[in-house]
Amino acid sequence: MATRKRTVVYDVRRHPELGAGGGIVSAPIVPVEGEVASDYSENFSGEHMLINIGPQHPATHGVLRLVLELDGETVIRCIPHIGYLHSSFEKLGEYRDWNQIVPLTDRMDYLAPLIYNCAYAMAVEKMMGVQVTERCKVVRVILMELDRIFSHLLWLGTTGIDLGAFTVFLYTFQERERIYNLHESYTGARITTSSTRIGGMMADLPAGWIEQLQSFISNFPRTLDEVETLLTNNAIWIGRTQDVGVITAEDAVNFGLSGANLRASGVAYDVRKDRPYYDYESYDFDVPVGEHGDIYDRYLCRMEEMRQSLRILQQAISRLPGGPINVSDPRVILPGKTATMNDMESMIHHFKIVMEGVRAPVGESWFSVESSKGELGMYVVSDGGSKPVRWRVRGPSFINIAALPHMIEGALLSDVIAVNASLDIVLGEIDR
Amino acid sequence: MRTMQAETIHPTGELSATAFVIISVIKLLVVFLVVLVTVAMLTLLERKISAWMQDRIGPNRVGPGGLAQPLADGAKNILKEESTPGQAHRVFFTLAPMLAIIPAMVTFGIIPFASPLPTPWGVVPMVIADVPIGILFLLAFSSLGVYGIVIAGWASSNKYALLGGLRAGAQMLSYEIALGMSLLSVFFLVGNVRLTEVVARQQEMGLWFALPLSISFLFFWISAFAETNRLPFDLPEAESELVTGYHTEYSSMKFSMFFIAEYAHMLTISMLMATLFLGGWDIPGWAGDNMVVRGAEVIGASPAVWKTILTLIMFGMKTFFFIIVFMLVRWTVPRFRYDQVMDLGWKLMLPTALAFVTVTAATILALDLAGIPYGFVFGFVLTVVNGIMLFGFLWLVDRGRTLIGGYQMEERRARARAIARFHKEEFDVGAG
Repeated sequence: MATRKRTVVYDVRRHPELGAGGGIVSAPIVPVEGEVASDYSENFSGEHMLINIGPQHPATHGVLRLVLELDGETVIRCIPHIGYLHSSFEKLGEYRDWNQIVPLTDRMDYLAPLIYNCAYAMAVEKMMGVQVTERCKVVRVILMELDRIFSHLLWLGTTGIDLGAFTVFLYTFQERERIYNLHESYTGARITTSSTRIGGMMADLPAGWIEQLQSFISNFPRTLDEVETLLTNNAIWIGRTQDVGVITAEDAVNFGLSGANLRASGVAYDVRKDRPYYDYESYDFDVPVGEHGDIYDRYLCRMEEMRQSLRILQQAISRLPGGPINVSDPRVILPGKTATMNDMESMIHHFKIVMEGVRAPVGESWFSVESSKGELGMYVVSDGGSKPVRWRVRGPSFINIAALPHMIEGALLSDVIAVNASLDIVLGEIDR
Repeated sequence: MRTMQAETIHPTGELSATAFVIISVIKLLVVFLVVLVTVAMLTLLERKISAWMQDRIGPNRVGPGGLAQPLADGAKNILKEESTPGQAHRVFFTLAPMLAIIPAMVTFGIIPFASPLPTPWGVVPMVIADVPIGILFLLAFSSLGVYGIVIAGWASSNKYALLGGLRAGAQMLSYEIALGMSLLSVFFLVGNVRLTEVVARQQEMGLWFALPLSISFLFFWISAFAETNRLPFDLPEAESELVTGYHTEYSSMKFSMFFIAEYAHMLTISMLMATLFLGGWDIPGWAGDNMVVRGAEVIGASPAVWKTILTLIMFGMKTFFFIIVFMLVRWTVPRFRYDQVMDLGWKLMLPTALAFVTVTAATILALDLAGIPYGFVFGFVLTVVNGIMLFGFLWLVDRGRTLIGGYQMEERRARARAIARFHKEEFDVGAG
């Protein structure tokens, strides 16, 4: 073992192999190497055991089903079966108004609902050419970074449980509880936030919310440090995570991984840096990049991302401008109650929006954000009506889990659980 | 070397046969009841400790401060419906919990828990049965416990349970050897396997064996974790991997018996460690309790009731210390992986234990040849020798030779692929 103490690299500039405009397209595409020539002539017939991990199992993070072919405890093959949580969100969206789709988005990734809300709203706003207000932008950045921490905390806790460290789970859930409270005091819901609307948010931040957030920001690093004390230099944790579930940078790119899973392999790709949205380029934050592509590097990356999210949160709070949170565009935002009651034009707008819904012009748009799990893309197509013709999601979990069989071939049963946990998947989004 | 230093002999006269039987029955009942209650309270203690470590409150509904929680759990488990899987082997399925719990209960019988008690009918040694084969009896019975687990795993006709049972079998086997090795050096010093003699010899030396045999103590302690299936060695039940391992299919009182067996086992091994390495019921720095019953006479200080009570408290404290450590460790560290457990047992602990036993034996031989009488100086030299070995061992371990996760991932992956391809035609679970 060459180095036991590892740190993440801060590569705030782009990866040299990525093009000037960022983006993953210019990364070297290496064909997946052919099947390894077999020099095994032993007959293993009947010696293998097929075992189902899931769909009901303590460690599948939902209803993922992995069919494992085991040789002793070594995994010969792994076949993931998905679809147990299929809810047909994308098709459902075609029968919903533009604004009615928002609740569907947060049910996809219930671990980072606000990011999904925002990403969807952004895609539609881009298509409609709506420019949200400065305040809305900053509020959305705050919400997205908050949910990045929210999601990473769940990942940390459940990965801890899957590796047998139960205490970490409760430490992280205590902090998550604080974020739940923040969700609740802003949106009224704890998980299914449904907070965005086309052209703004469903409401402005309530009084005292920023103070609540600030107390979270000031208390949170202590918990993070405590968890790091428990895990980062723990010999068993290192033994269970280092060099387990390794995926090389080439493979990671070829599998289409994104988020911390990709960055842990050494590819510095972060949508916030490479295709900045909402003035992310003006925030001062680093993107941690690992180099080994194993569970431990993913762990380090995510831990550091939480710290970086805190930095962004602090900067966002300090720059939070006043002014309206919603655009004053009557096409998308309901006029105020007084205006509706006293003003003919406003009443007509109110009537149109309520009766017909927001109408989008003919066109299509793609908007991708850096969600907690990776690159989250939202694609919407409009025929000019109040409902989308198509709504498609590029879910990071769905694509990340495709690399699971590759990562765990030849590993032990315990590693399957660990690698699966380290990928940070959410089945709601995979099955959609 | 076979006699106490302060040669005071108090002839006591043998107990009459009737008195012996009556007193034995009383001791048996009292010890059994105390042990059962302690085991029940241990479950509460575990939950309270984990709650304390995780910033929770823990059980507090039943009785004052949750004290009656074990009672409620017991009642619940008795009243619950008992289910047996249709495919299970009924005889063994029923037999397994009994096989698990009986050895754990029997072993309490030979552990001396206090200094001899003077009664009108003679001096009663505070041990249910001071069998001459003491430690051997204990080893034999504690390893019988694994039969219960392996049979449970096999009879359940469940793949998780089977894997759990297999893991338990392999683990117990591996660590039983290291356990036996670390006991060898105790035998060297005591020259006997009777547990009362072990206590007497530690009193005679004036040092608890934890110091002169520190390396054996460490190994015994590690093996104790493995023997009791506690984290970080809880692979047989590894909740996140094997659901709950060998007792996945068990419900109601049968499950409860496994549960009780685990805690009983923990209590036994804590008592045993207290006896073997922390001087049993010996109160440190006080010669007033240095006594041992040999045949019809008490050698050493004179027995007294208050001494019995004091030593009993002392023994309880020592046992409690080990139990607390068991629990603190459980809620702190993650779980080992199966191959790491095996590596630790066979590749590290067994050879090093062998080497250390040899060195300890050589040191004892040298000390005997040099004519140094058994006593404090004797122990001090051993302490120094063992201390150096312990330091060297820990230094070696800390260089990351044992716990690295770096088994050759690429190689294993290639092998798995080769095997998978070999079987593709006849064994394709992925089709459809």
